[in-house]
Amino acid sequence: MIETRNLTKRYGSFTAVDGISFRVEPGQVLGFLGPNGAGKSTTMKMIAGFLAPTSGSASVAGFDVESQPMEARRVLGYLPEGAPSYGEMSVREFLGFVADVRGLDGTRREQRFDDVVGRLHLERVLEQPIDTLSKGFRRRVGLAASIIHDPEVLILDEPTDGLDPNQKQEVRALINSMARDKTIVISTHLLEEVHAVCTRAIIIAAGRVLADATPGELEARSRYHQAVSLTAGNLQEAKEALARVADIASIEVDPQDNRITAFPKPGRSIFVPVNDALKAGNVDVRELALEAGRLDEVFRTITQSAVGTEART
Amino acid sequence: MSGTLAIFKRELRSYFATPVAYVFIVIFLMLSGAFTFYLGGFYERGQADLQPFFNFHPWLYLFLVPAVSMRMWAEERKSGTIELLLTLPVTLWQAVLGKFLAAWAFIAIALVLTFPIWLTVNYLGDPDNGVILASYLGSLLMAGAFLAIGSCISAATRNQVIAFILTVVTCFLLLLAGFPMVLDFFRAFAPQGLVDAIAGLSFLTHFASIGKGVVDLRDIIYFVLMIAVWLYATAVVIDMKKAA
Repeated sequence: MIETRNLTKRYGSFTAVDGISFRVEPGQVLGFLGPNGAGKSTTMKMIAGFLAPTSGSASVAGFDVESQPMEARRVLGYLPEGAPSYGEMSVREFLGFVADVRGLDGTRREQRFDDVVGRLHLERVLEQPIDTLSKGFRRRVGLAASIIHDPEVLILDEPTDGLDPNQKQEVRALINSMARDKTIVISTHLLEEVHAVCTRAIIIAAGRVLADATPGELEARSRYHQAVSLTAGNLQEAKEALARVADIASIEVDPQDNRITAFPKPGRSIFVPVNDALKAGNVDVRELALEAGRLDEVFRTITQSAVGTEART
Repeated sequence: MSGTLAIFKRELRSYFATPVAYVFIVIFLMLSGAFTFYLGGFYERGQADLQPFFNFHPWLYLFLVPAVSMRMWAEERKSGTIELLLTLPVTLWQAVLGKFLAAWAFIAIALVLTFPIWLTVNYLGDPDNGVILASYLGSLLMAGAFLAIGSCISAATRNQVIAFILTVVTCFLLLLAGFPMVLDFFRAFAPQGLVDAIAGLSFLTHFASIGKGVVDLRDIIYFVLMIAVWLYATAVVIDMKKAA
């Protein structure tokens, strides 16, 4: 469990994190979204106990990170931004070092070591100095180090940044496989990642929480939510057919591929009426789809309006 | 304690994983040999002791110890591993101490490797091995003080070159404080108390008095205090810098 109460970090007159409160339960994967400089990393650093909050508090598995730092750190796995590691060490030495500091020994140490090496496919590079590894491997080494003690709570700062699509997929599968009994917070600016791994998303900008919802709920805020998009052989015919559907609020045509998007009036469902109208008008429809909503659009709308108010104040 | 030990082992191993250790040891042994025999007049003096050997240690350390200490925290900050290290279940103190002890142990290894000169002087004559042992102890303590200063300065910057230069300058000032030239200058106008205080701050004064074979508790306390104060400052600086 992670809980923050009015967590705030100020640098002089600049407020990096401004009274953030949230609570994450075991089994949840929380996605931290926000533009660069929104305060994602600073918040994570405070929860991990690297930075002291200016005010407010954070706790990890019930341990306050300021008054019980050692207890909190023991149950926490933290991957800092950029997955730093000691480059001159081999993968085996590095993971061994982290295991030593965390006080793992005996068979449990071996077991955990083999487990993380297997999970992150590090067998081939165990004896190589980390400096000589590719970016993808280095990130995996960092991840391995953060979960070697099988932590209850996991904080990953941009775990898939700089990985290729296959590696991203692997890391997401790894997070999903651990999600059942752990509390996980990841930061990302990839919206597809929110869909792939998160059960909940918090959008922050300028140090404040602007939205806290499931990915589905966020999508529902999009104006594309419940919209219908189609491509037709004859654009004009399709437009005429759509004009007869009463619940359509507006129609947009993408100038590049002539894709038509019809937006419903609030609370109305237009998929069936649109389908009927197209059939009645005998329109040559090549493709017809119901939109779930676009996270990137929601993200832009939410964060840009926040930055706008920030600029005015 | 296990945290300090794990950090100590990692650090010590990392010296030997890079050429730093070998370059340091080879240069240290070559220079200390050359100074002893050519500048120190080891043979010409006709005395069976290691005075000419130990006399040059402060000056060797002046350049070599900062080269060891400069990476201690600066590299950690530059590569971002400081965030990894300080979010592991170790206190800041354990980390500062583990790193310092590893660097100190490394210099102790270099110092131990000068044993051929001790064999030589025992072969040639009949030296007072008690004095030699005391001098080794003094030399090691002085190296520790240099390192603690370097640790603090290394924590204050992420640039290793700056860390090196500032450490050399700071150590140089602390060495100079006991030089007769400097003391004579102050003696000309300052009261004796102040002159004594300046001399009392100097590495050289304490190192020389241990080197005479008189292991005075005050000299030991001086170096231990020096190390403790600079390590404390290291922890304070890291804590301050972390936030920025």
